[in-house]
Order: sequence, then C-alpha cells, then structure tokens
Amino acid sequence: MSLETTYPAGGVFVRSGKLVFWLVMLAALAAFPILTTSAYSLSTLTEILIFGIFAMSLDLLLGYTGLISFGHAAFFGVGAYTAGLVAIKIAPNMLLTMAAGIVVCAIAAFVIGFFSIRAAGVFFLMLTLAFSQMVYAIAHQWTWLTGGSNGLAGIPRPNLSVPSLPIEFYDPTKFYYITLGIFVISLLLLKRIVSSPFGHVLLGIRENEGRMKAVGYNTRNFKLAAFVIAGAFGGLSGVLYSYFNGFISPSELYWTMSGQVMVMVIIGGAGTLVGPVLGAGTILLLQNIVSSNTERWPTIMGMVFIFFVLLARNGITGLLDKVWHGARSQVWKH
Amino acid sequence: MSDTLGFYGIQFLNGMAYSLLLFLLAMGLSLIFGMMDVMNLAHGSLYMIGAYVGLFFLGWTGQFWIAVVLVPIAVGIIGIIMEASLLRPLYRRGHLDQVLLTFGLSFVFMDMVKWIWGADIRSLPAPPGLAKSAIIFGRSFPEYRLFVIVIGLILALALWAFLERTRLGAVIRAGVADKEMVSGLGINITLVFTLVFGLGAALAGLSGIIAGPVLGLYPGMDFETLIITLIVVVVGGLGTLKGSFWGAILIGQAQTFGKVLVPDFALLIVFVIMAIVLLARPSGLFGKEAA
Repeated sequence: MSLETTYPAGGVFVRSGKLVFWLVMLAALAAFPILTTSAYSLSTLTEILIFGIFAMSLDLLLGYTGLISFGHAAFFGVGAYTAGLVAIKIAPNMLLTMAAGIVVCAIAAFVIGFFSIRAAGVFFLMLTLAFSQMVYAIAHQWTWLTGGSNGLAGIPRPNLSVPSLPIEFYDPTKFYYITLGIFVISLLLLKRIVSSPFGHVLLGIRENEGRMKAVGYNTRNFKLAAFVIAGAFGGLSGVLYSYFNGFISPSELYWTMSGQVMVMVIIGGAGTLVGPVLGAGTILLLQNIVSSNTERWPTIMGMVFIFFVLLARNGITGLLDKVWHGARSQVWKH
Repeated sequence: MSDTLGFYGIQFLNGMAYSLLLFLLAMGLSLIFGMMDVMNLAHGSLYMIGAYVGLFFLGWTGQFWIAVVLVPIAVGIIGIIMEASLLRPLYRRGHLDQVLLTFGLSFVFMDMVKWIWGADIRSLPAPPGLAKSAIIFGRSFPEYRLFVIVIGLILALALWAFLERTRLGAVIRAGVADKEMVSGLGINITLVFTLVFGLGAALAGLSGIIAGPVLGLYPGMDFETLIITLIVVVVGGLGTLKGSFWGAILIGQAQTFGKVLVPDFALLIVFVIMAIVLLARPSGLFGKEAA
C-alpha cells in the first residue's frame, strides 16, 4: 500500500491499458476543434495545454526530484519576454523565438539553480522565491526593454517560415494544433526523461539524497541538470503563452504565478505527468467559472489548495486511483 | 564636509529604523522555523494584517497607542488559531505540507485584505506626539522614526532577555536544539509550539503597525516584506537571535543606502550580498553548519 501511494507512476490509472487510454485521449484532443464551434472553449483548451507544459516542468522538480521550487514563474516569464522581444525586434519566426526563449531560460535556470542548489530544503525554496521576485523586479524596472508595468504589447503570432512557405498561426484552430503538437512532444520527452536512468537518479535523490551521495552520485550536478531542464520546459510554455496572449506583463513573473502553477501540480498529483495537466485544467476551468461570478478567485483557489494539502495530498490522480481500486475490488468480490 | 556627514548620518538612522523592523519580522520567522521546522510563508501576510488591523483599531479607538497594544494581541490570536487548527494536524507529515499550507493561506489573506480594505494605497498617521521632526546632524529627521529605532532596540533587548534569562525562553532554546529531548523531559511541546507561533505572529503584526506610518499600506506589501525577511534570515542564519539581528542590520542598511545612492540597483545589491554570503557560508553568517 505504501508503495502504491508513494510510487510516482500514478498507480493503476496510468499503468493498465495505458496505451489505449493515451490514444483515446489524443484522438479526443485532436478531434476537439471539429466537435466544437465555440472559439472560447478552443482557446481555453489551448491555454490548458500551455499551462500543462508549465506544470509538468515544475513537477520534474517538485514531484520527481523533491526540490520545492517556489519561483518557477521566473522561467515562464523569461521565456515569454524573450520570445516576445525577439518576435517584435527581430522576426516573429516560430523556430527562432522558441529557440531563443528556451536557451535564455536554460541559462537563467543554470544561474539561479547554481546558487539555489547549494542550499537544501527550506533554504532552497526561499532562494528560488527570492530569485524569481528579483526577476520580477527587473521586468518591472527595466522599462525601456520590457515596457515596465505596462507590459509588452503587440506580440505577433509566429510564422513557420520556411523561406518560400511562410505559414502563419493567426487561425485559432491551427494554433491549437501547433500547441497540441508541442504539448505531446513535451510530454513524451519528459516521460523519456523521468523513466531514464537519469530520472531514476532524480527519484533516488527525492527519496534519500544522502544515500545517493554515499553510492557515489554527485547529486548536486543531477539536481542542477533537473533544474535546467525544468527551466527550459517552463520557458517553452512561456514562449507559447506569449504567442497565445499577444501580451505579457510582469504579473506573469509574480509569485502568484509561481503559486498558481504549484497549486496545479499539487492538486493534480505531484510525481505524475498526467497529474499536473489535470491540475492545470481544473484550475483554469474553475478560474473561468469563478471569475465570471465573483472577484474572490484567490481566496477560492487558496482554499481548494488547502483542502488538497490537508485531505487529498496525492491530488486528483490519487483520488482517481482510489476510485479505480475501489471499483475493481468491488468487481473482484462478487 | 559636515553636510556629507549629515547626509550619511540621516541615511544611517533611516537604515536603522528599517533594520529593526526587519529584525522583528526575521526573529518571528526564525523562531518559528527553528522550533517547528515550518517556514511560514504567510509571515508577510501577518505583517500586512497587522498594519491593516492597526488601521481599523486606530479608526475605532482614535488612539495610536491603544492600537499598538491591540494589534499584536489580535494577530497573535490569528497565529494561534492558524497553528492549532491547520498546522498541528500536519506535524506527522513532512514539513513540505506545512509550507504548502502557509502558502495557500497567504493567497487567502492577500485576497481577504483586498476584499475588506480595497486595493488603494492607505496610510497610517504617526501618533500626534511624534508627528514633528527633530534636528539631527543639522538636518530634520521625523521623530517617529527615532521612536521606531528606540522601540526596536528595546524589543530586541526584551526578546534577548526573554530567550536567555527566563525559563520559557530556555525551553524554547532547548526546543530549537532538540525537540524530542525537550518533550522527553516532560514539557508539553505542543503548547510551546503554539505559543512560539503566536509570539512570531504577534511580532509580525506589531512590526506591521509600527511600520505603517513609515512604509505605508498597499497591496503587495505582504510578499515584498516576506521576500526581504527571507533574505535577512538566509543571510543571518536561522534559529538564532544574533543571526536575525545582524542579518537585519546588514540588509536594512544595504537596502536603505542602495535606494538613495543607486536607486535602480537597490534590490540587486541585496541579492548580491545574499549570493556572496551563500557562496561563502551556505547556512548564513551565524547559522549552525549544515542547516
């Protein structure tokens, strides 16, 4: 039982019949624009996929490595600003803006990680929080570049310019498919990473860092590598967000954003890759519903979060697992 | 140049007033952490609540000094409720869950304050007796800031005496060092946890109302304060009064002089100090090795 609840693969929900499940999910996501005519739900789903990548990237640290980063918005924001600036000042080329966003974020993650990983536990989370607030302050004060508190407006949607064939993504359906494609690639890459020997070292660090050191792993390098990978994927989601939104403000870098993605990971289920995506979907849908009725969204999100921390620590995937187990044991009994 | 001296002297006093406020905050955060391994990410929220509740008490009683007495009591009670109702059930689980819980609470507190008092910038007037300016170093300096320095030093001394010279203080220091041992000696450690959390919250609330007339009340003050307090604690080292004190002085003065001399880089200076300290001494200037 204890193995069931602590093992990160998410139990039966992911393991049994998982190929079928994934293919059905993928088919449903691919068919979505055909099934709906509502531009609003298509844009919401696009946003969920973008935040899904963001939440999965944090979970590589939080759920798989046991590193509690409270400053992950830094990478989302840096990715978004970099892509936005490149698109405005150089060219709105998708490959160029995306490469720039990812590389700059990886470098930023290396620097922040280099300092933060020297400290363990609570010191680590304080440092990541402090560094991300510094990045926020820079975006806020560096007005000539970032537009300061007014934000960076007028970011063009990217084109995929093979010189003779510039494909633009102004069409929401095309943009949705591009996002879905990048989401699936990210998911597969992250899946590869967490199930590789490297990923198992990360799990070992999460469970018992001292033992991993004793076995001879230089855990600091592994943690830094995980931090850089997470930063790069966080940056990728920021890049997509800059295309999606066409506008970035310093609030994308603020602690509330780091908090929101943390909430997504925890309520979805840390230590799984589906969990954070489900969490992102839950939070964004809930936010849409709540925000159209009341301004008290932060209170409600905080309370939902506290509820999951107190009573359902394994998140939505944990709950689904329990339901699945319950149903199966009923079937077996009769 | 006496005028240069005057300039630096005044800034030094400004820095002292700010540093001592930071000390009160850092001390609460550091004590709570040292005692129960909980990093209270709602500490900045308690500071903010102190300031806004102070505004309420001031409007209600019309007396700044009554508000100064009532605020730490009110915020201390909020802290005790927080600890007893939400944090206590989590002691058996990892510390992470408690940190997450305080993080969730900081969202709720942020939004509640905005709900009750609105998102506008508010100000707390200095008490009538201290609203004037004194002449120091040939320049005028608000009397209220002198009061902040004096009260800060008195509270620092009182905290030191409490921790070093009283029985309860000895229990708290022992708890920071080894809580199993303390509860093994027959001391009700659960009660001590609650008291320490309440004390930390009361200190945060008190610094909130005392800082009100100097720093103002605005949305976002909670996390701004939390971040700078975290930096103080990282630089000074956790769990000791000495660490909080010197960390607060260093960061408070650096921030104050930074703001005057190189306004664009003030925050950066603080971070550079933190980075240097971390590279040289990962557990802070006065922290125990291997935090």
